[in-house]
Amino acid sequence: MTRTIEYRDALNEAMSEEMRRDERVFLLGEEVAEYDGAYKVSRGMLQEFGPKRVVDTPISESGFSGMAIGAAMLGLRPIVEFMSWSFSLVAADPILNNAPKMLYMSGGQFGCPIVIRGNDGAGGQLGSTHSWCVEGLYANVPGMKMVIPAFPADAKGLLKSAIRDDDPVFFLESERLLAYKDEVPEEEYLIPIGKALVRRPGTDCTLVSFGRPVHFCLEAAEELAREGISCEVIDGRTIRPLDIDTIVQSVKKTNYCVVVDQSWPFASPGAEIAAQVHAACFDDLDNAVGRVHSADVPTPYASELEQEYLPNARRICEAVRATTYNA
Amino acid sequence: MQTAIGTDHLDFSVPEPRNALTSKLGSDTTTSWLRDMMLIREFEVRTMQAYQDRKIGGFCHVYIGQEAVAVGTIAALEKKDPLVTAYRDHGHALARGMDPKYCMAEMYGRIGGCAKGKGGSMHMFDRINNLYGGHGIVGAQTPLGAGLAFGTKYIDEVIEKGRSNRVTLCFLGDGALNQGAFHEALNLAGLLELPVIYIVENNGYSMGTAIHRGTTMADSICEKARGYGIRACEIDGMDVLNVYDAMKPLVDEVRETGRPAFVDMRTYRFKGHSMSDPRKYRPREEEEVYESGDPIAKLRDTLMSQGAIDDAGFKALGKEIRLEVRDAMKWAEASPAPTPEEELYRDVYVEAWGPYTGTTEPQMIKECEGTHGQDG
Repeated sequence: MTRTIEYRDALNEAMSEEMRRDERVFLLGEEVAEYDGAYKVSRGMLQEFGPKRVVDTPISESGFSGMAIGAAMLGLRPIVEFMSWSFSLVAADPILNNAPKMLYMSGGQFGCPIVIRGNDGAGGQLGSTHSWCVEGLYANVPGMKMVIPAFPADAKGLLKSAIRDDDPVFFLESERLLAYKDEVPEEEYLIPIGKALVRRPGTDCTLVSFGRPVHFCLEAAEELAREGISCEVIDGRTIRPLDIDTIVQSVKKTNYCVVVDQSWPFASPGAEIAAQVHAACFDDLDNAVGRVHSADVPTPYASELEQEYLPNARRICEAVRATTYNA
Repeated sequence: MQTAIGTDHLDFSVPEPRNALTSKLGSDTTTSWLRDMMLIREFEVRTMQAYQDRKIGGFCHVYIGQEAVAVGTIAALEKKDPLVTAYRDHGHALARGMDPKYCMAEMYGRIGGCAKGKGGSMHMFDRINNLYGGHGIVGAQTPLGAGLAFGTKYIDEVIEKGRSNRVTLCFLGDGALNQGAFHEALNLAGLLELPVIYIVENNGYSMGTAIHRGTTMADSICEKARGYGIRACEIDGMDVLNVYDAMKPLVDEVRETGRPAFVDMRTYRFKGHSMSDPRKYRPREEEEVYESGDPIAKLRDTLMSQGAIDDAGFKALGKEIRLEVRDAMKWAEASPAPTPEEELYRDVYVEAWGPYTGTTEPQMIKECEGTHGQDG
């Protein structure tokens, strides 16, 4: 049985279910408790779990993320909410130098089973400082996993897996998806980290994406279908581990691939996927892998500029036509 | 501006009666502190030699001169209390109970090291003795210290349904006073009422920068903690009896009230910041003043005047320690290097996936688990 709920409520259910199941799990961050969540993701959780497990913090990302990492070293399972991953930059040292390296530097003595989650990518006209896509910056670091769900059911199932995971998980949500409604199973379920999903089967070109741009890909695939180009849309769902096998399997069938990534192009996950596809499908590709990214500029404020900055459906269509020699 | 701190770094009033608590302790205890300090000193002398011999690589910071701080503070703790420190961490590891052979093997980059040779001098970890590192970035351990205190309180209260009964010690150098992480950590500790004691091992220099050149209110850094609603005091860190005497009631109070505390622990490092420091920023005369207050000689003289140890006993103790450290070096030397096939991709993730082979605990844990147990 399923029902239709918002992405934010799927996240809320995941956290609440895991907190009922495991007392080691707690939530901390700015405005998570008394305010009911800056984006209402943690709505009602203070009431159910009390202030010891739903902890309001000051605007002090370096301090409270480091604090959560210390607690995780004791075997607790903190969920850190960043109102925006844009604000994680001031916490770069704890989240990059401590969380993903603790197990290695301690020779296997101390793990760091933490989940860090929040909005990633452009919201709506938030300007450059508040629109960070951190995939490109952070996916470079070994020791952590990176999850980036595009649909409510995935958001719930993957967040539950992330909370149960023994390794640190960076969980990238999107402000633009929080109100997105879709079917979510009523019964309990988990979605394993590291498994991509074919969102829309197709035969002519593989579109690979993750997070919010998956929706742009589905939009583009509709339009391209009307032109007679059948796209297979792969929702990567996680960036580390990357499910390259599902991507390669599709490319071997379609012989064309376009990667759509909301990061800037240089040294991005999209670049990495393109490199891996080129290596694994060298004899199968009928053209070089196409890439659509956010424009290589600071995120603009003006709506017209921001829309064109994003890897939108129009730009994806153009890239698919060019890659499949239909331009 | 003067580049050196001058000779009055330790000139502040110590509450009387001095050493009221330690005077009641048996000489077995205080003699064991002498032994612990001598062990750290000998270990560090040999560390410097091994570094010169290129057996130890990377950055290496020795604890010589500051031994009374680690030994006196840790004596005031219970075994279950967590401890986290910065990169000058060999002394804390040894005072906490790590066998010197694992500590030396870590610096030698051997598989027998406390972290399998993956951490090095600046990153000593010991799960059995509740040592949570060894952290290389200045100030990075201060939010972790808040987190350890948050965590023990959470476990004691939420999971065990009891009352908070552990105290975290978080050591930092005076250089960390100027890092943002430190101020965020203190604000959180004060705000959330965390049972943590921040101990500034104030040796007067952050690398080559005298404290007054990098830190406001250098003579009264306790005011910084008070600004966060945290009680604070100065302690003479060159006298282990005095360190214990001041720390024990403080630890007891933090355990009881659950509120944080801050200590301006005045000390002096006799050697350079690291092995590559020529100490041009301070005159030899200044060093001599502090060297004349050597914490080991001070306790030795006290114990001798009490008749707890005599000259022959002291010499025998020195010999025993020299042998112990020599054995540790032999053990480290004999321990194999970690092999890339076995260890390069291990301990990156708990879960094995892709090239990563999961995680295993170091030899130290396997060898000590049965003998110590974890009471945390």
